[in-house]
Amino acid sequence: MTEDANNLACRQFQAQLPELIGSGEDLAAHPHLQHCALCRALLVDLNTIAETARQMFPIVEPSDDLWEHIESAIWHDEKLR
Amino acid sequence: MSNSRLSTHPPDPTPHPRAEEAEFVPQIAAPAALPDPGEVDLLAKAQAGDHLAFAQLYSQHKRRIYSLCLRMVGNVAEAEDLTQEAFLQLHRKIATFRGDSAFSTWLHRLAINIVLMHLRKKGLPLMSMDEAMEPASEGGPARGFGAPDIALSGSIDRLALERAVADLPAGYRLVFILHDIEGYEHNEIASMIDCSVGNCKSQLHKARLKLRAALRSYPRKEAQR
Repeated sequence: MTEDANNLACRQFQAQLPELIGSGEDLAAHPHLQHCALCRALLVDLNTIAETARQMFPIVEPSDDLWEHIESAIWHDEKLR
Repeated sequence: MSNSRLSTHPPDPTPHPRAEEAEFVPQIAAPAALPDPGEVDLLAKAQAGDHLAFAQLYSQHKRRIYSLCLRMVGNVAEAEDLTQEAFLQLHRKIATFRGDSAFSTWLHRLAINIVLMHLRKKGLPLMSMDEAMEPASEGGPARGFGAPDIALSGSIDRLALERAVADLPAGYRLVFILHDIEGYEHNEIASMIDCSVGNCKSQLHKARLKLRAALRSYPRKEAQR
């Protein structure tokens, strides 16, 4: 395949990627990936980023006194009504 | 302030929308998840003005709402202010919740509107729909010389990823946080941020591409220091 044809095939594949990834299907067997190392690397990178993000950002707890502030705000809000 | 103190001041369940809050009113048409009977009961009590029930709702949802705010603004004080505003708004509007969607989705949508309005007031760029729908080109594999693949260069540096996420335009950051970090599905996110499922997938893809580009350039930036 010529370089132009390769670029075109990559562009076409990448244009479909949001939908392909979003569908959740296994893309390993996609015909384009069988012969395109660059798009395979792209896909692995995107999956790595998603997986890493999932593990790296734990749910965090607000400070204990936040509820007191919220209660106070609610109380003032009700007084204004 | 204790919960019992609030119970002496039962809320007026009638919503009091202000002009600047009009866009916060959630109108979600997404399919509702099967409700937890305990949550239905709690919601009914909170909607009837039971402050203890409202406090329990806060307890159940505070972590996810605060975490979302913190990841969006990157500042503890601002995140707490936004969380407070989200629950204050919730208190005003809870009577309007009809159960057309999961309560968590509805509450997230309310919080997201508050965060986005806050970012707009600060003059931070969000992202236009036109930009969101542009073909995804950034970060795609260049032919010829290129930066190393992330997956091949070892594990992703936590600080680098945090920095890259913080540097994303707010619209991309929001979709990335909701999907890849919080684990929401595209249809849920689409209903939270009022866009199509296709647009949501496109924004997420672009967010990941931008992160990839940032992470690939990171070792070079570090080496230049």
